[in-house]
Amino acid sequence: MGGGGHGLATAYYLAKNHGISNVAILEKGWIGGGNTGRNTTAVRSNYFYPESVALYEFSLQLYERLSKELNYNIMLSQRGGLNVAHSEMDMEIAARLVNAMQINGIDAELFDRRQVLKVVPLLNTGPNARYPVFGGVWQGRAGICRHDAVAWGYARAASHLGVDIIQNCEVLDFIIEGGACRGVSTSRGEIRSDRVAMAVAGHSSMLSAKAGFSLPIQSYSLQAMVSEPVKPVLDTALLSIGTGTYANQSDKGEIVFGGGLDRIPSYAQRGNPPAHDHTISGLIEMFPAFGQLKILRQWAGIVDVTPDSSPIIGPSPIPGLYLDCGWGTGGFKAIPAGGWLLAHLMATGSHHEISKPFDLDRFTTGRLIDEAAGSGIAH
Amino acid sequence: MHLICCPFCGNRDETEFRFAVEAGKRRGSVSSSPDEWAKYLYFQNNVKGDTREVWMHLTCGELFILSRNSVTHSIHGSEPVRKAAEA
Repeated sequence: MGGGGHGLATAYYLAKNHGISNVAILEKGWIGGGNTGRNTTAVRSNYFYPESVALYEFSLQLYERLSKELNYNIMLSQRGGLNVAHSEMDMEIAARLVNAMQINGIDAELFDRRQVLKVVPLLNTGPNARYPVFGGVWQGRAGICRHDAVAWGYARAASHLGVDIIQNCEVLDFIIEGGACRGVSTSRGEIRSDRVAMAVAGHSSMLSAKAGFSLPIQSYSLQAMVSEPVKPVLDTALLSIGTGTYANQSDKGEIVFGGGLDRIPSYAQRGNPPAHDHTISGLIEMFPAFGQLKILRQWAGIVDVTPDSSPIIGPSPIPGLYLDCGWGTGGFKAIPAGGWLLAHLMATGSHHEISKPFDLDRFTTGRLIDEAAGSGIAH
Repeated sequence: MHLICCPFCGNRDETEFRFAVEAGKRRGSVSSSPDEWAKYLYFQNNVKGDTREVWMHLTCGELFILSRNSVTHSIHGSEPVRKAAEA
């Protein structure tokens, strides 16, 4: 269930890694039309906990060879990711994060003010800057890639391997027999399978309710915006620790930017003005020159946020039904890993060692992987 | 501007409020199992549509029950937590 990046990647890896090509992807709308096509396309692996780093670094490594593997140019640009620090305290946090990343074997560097301004000369250095530049966290292998191409590339490759991609097909209910999931009923008829998975960001709780269980998920709107195209001015994927705003420049020249979640739990794919204003004011504070830019589009996606801001990969309480959900604001960068690990789980019936810590059981055992506190991500 | 109705202060801007938890959860006891604690602490119904939730009005510090729609954001009403508990 779900023809987004995670669902398409899962189908592709089921066919490629496990030789299972009798796979149907059921998509309510069109492929890549949900959060896969709504994010700001950043890929990176600068997380805090070893479990998270193993997951996101695996994903980044898969991204690095994805264009070649799928024979589809995903336009991966490893232009470097920079988290800008704006105070002594931010620098403490930055140093802690860099140390954690280096211990985990990730290419992280602690930049001072001079290094940051060399990479992003347009940052506000005025005497009245509300968020002065102190330094930052640099990951050279981070970057951006074309989000639609990731969906289309996986879809084409999966289709070539025999996977059926069925669009305009909404899952209405589960077929549960003897306490186990035996298939789904859809708007286009019944499909029976002993192995069903859901990768449906923004609708995880609604589907799980149909199967009769709840999830540790709250859904929020996450907004993003894009400006008119301009000449090259920003060649990194930038995040401000102070304002929570992140921005990059697309190949067309548009400034693509976003910020933190709307604080109101929501299924409205539009976003509210306060979060919108906060994000824009953060951007303009960092880049006064961007005050002249016109915004072309603004939109929101619904993100499924877990209490520890880490995803859920694993079996559901219903045998035969598997979960890949709760990626919060960071699902795009994890598409290859999410697909690979869910395929492993569905094909073998047991966890890959990377996905094991992200099982649903962590909320009962208390072994949370609290990245919201660990890496200060904008969840 | 999105207005939310505090039962004590009336209509105020959304930025003055904070979502706490969905309404109707009951705290366990020392004899509760880890599963029951996990359900209480972390699991949500996360309803799409009409919801009943506990919110806090940050400026007056009061918790209250808010009935609203999570898709349209329309507000249907609010009441003090104590009143809801007594009902």
